[in-house]
Amino acid sequence: MRDRLWIAAGLVLFVAAITAPFWYRPTPARDLAKLPELALPAKQKQCVAPVSYMRASHMVLLTDWRQQVVRESERKYVAFNGSVYQKSLTATCLGCHNKEQFCDRCHTYAGVSGPYCWNCHNASASRAVAASADTTEPRPEGAHLAENLPAHILAELASRTNQSLPGSRP
Amino acid sequence: MKITRKDFLRLSGLSFLAGGAMEAARAIAGRSSAATESQSTPVAQSVRWGMVVDLRRCQKEKGCTACTDACDAAHNVPRLADPQHQVNWIWTQPYETVFPFIQNGYAEQSDAGIPVPLLCNHCASPPCVHVCPTQATWKRADGIVMMDWHRCIGCRYCMAACPYGSRSFNWVDPRPAIAHINPDFPTRSKGVVEKCNFCEERLANGLKPSCVDACPQKALVFGNLADPNSEPRQLLRQRFAVQREPELGTGPSVYYLV
Ligand code: SF4
Ligand code: SF4
Repeated sequence: MRDRLWIAAGLVLFVAAITAPFWYRPTPARDLAKLPELALPAKQKQCVAPVSYMRASHMVLLTDWRQQVVRESERKYVAFNGSVYQKSLTATCLGCHNKEQFCDRCHTYAGVSGPYCWNCHNASASRAVAASADTTEPRPEGAHLAENLPAHILAELASRTNQSLPGSRP
Repeated sequence: MKITRKDFLRLSGLSFLAGGAMEAARAIAGRSSAATESQSTPVAQSVRWGMVVDLRRCQKEKGCTACTDACDAAHNVPRLADPQHQVNWIWTQPYETVFPFIQNGYAEQSDAGIPVPLLCNHCASPPCVHVCPTQATWKRADGIVMMDWHRCIGCRYCMAACPYGSRSFNWVDPRPAIAHINPDFPTRSKGVVEKCNFCEERLANGLKPSCVDACPQKALVFGNLADPNSEPRQLLRQRFAVQREPELGTGPSVYYLV
């Protein structure tokens, strides 16, 4: 019974070790990588769909467009607000966005190297202004976040910036 | 319930008969699966894009490459040094290799060696479409045999099937071999097949194909073959025309006035 102390100490250490992840929680300030600075279009304020939708589902929109243009000869897109756009990655999307400063930055940050768009489509078609400081607006903290980060991080960010977080996937 | 051998045979015979009768009824009503598949027959089609190439006019412009240049520039067609890697949308070949059946006796001599512009025939019954395992190539309602490069897996079945050599495979990355990339049209990537698309991207804007607009002799005449009053149809009424290897049953939409 002289080992009682050691056993108790060991138990405490063991419990502390396995519950460590709960104590040592990630906090945004320490653990989130630096947010990508996305260059927003200089002139346009409204995208072809609400930002929350584009953030979560732009790839769906792009494959829909691709299908409709190539296979169904359907080239006009009527947006949620009634505006009409040409279904075109190079003419419409790149008409406002700069590939390097918008698409690439976020894709690099998120580690999404997948889409092969640029193997064929010409980013040089971008009519968006490149590399000019005034198009790079600082993003509001947390504005980029996917909704599947831990709730406490989201809450913390929200309280920091005092603004609501992007809507979740429909 | 007990069923005798005789009853069983009787029953199966009756079911076969009923099945056959249903098929027959459907076929008569014109809704059989075979009927839906043969959309390629131009019967009820209101638009069928086609082209007439006037070789007499084309011949007047010696050494002209206006049509090929215009097409290559518009569609980012690479100019590769290795002839084995060459990519063609519209190109020329000597008359006698294009129309070997016209070579009889001395008859071919007048035209021997003249370059004949060649392109995808946008066949009425395109073998390339029948063999494509991914539907990356298909026939549109307006007769254009389209390609979806997003879908092409580069199996090259279509190249084997096309009797006209209208298709090219990208053995290498084509981008470095394109002098000036047209930003409004995609390039292709290594590993896909490509061919003439009858400038469907221009037709959508009410324009004629690039080659047609570029030809200084107006030797390429483009229009709706389903419309008896269209330019190509008028020409076809006035002059003797041939298609490339029509005996294959592909129904080419490109005609040559010889
Ligand atoms: S010419 Fe060849 S590629 Fe063009 S539609 Fe006919 S079979 Fe297909
Ligand atoms: S190479 Fe591409 S277009 Fe041709 S048959 Fe194969 S998948 Fe279809």
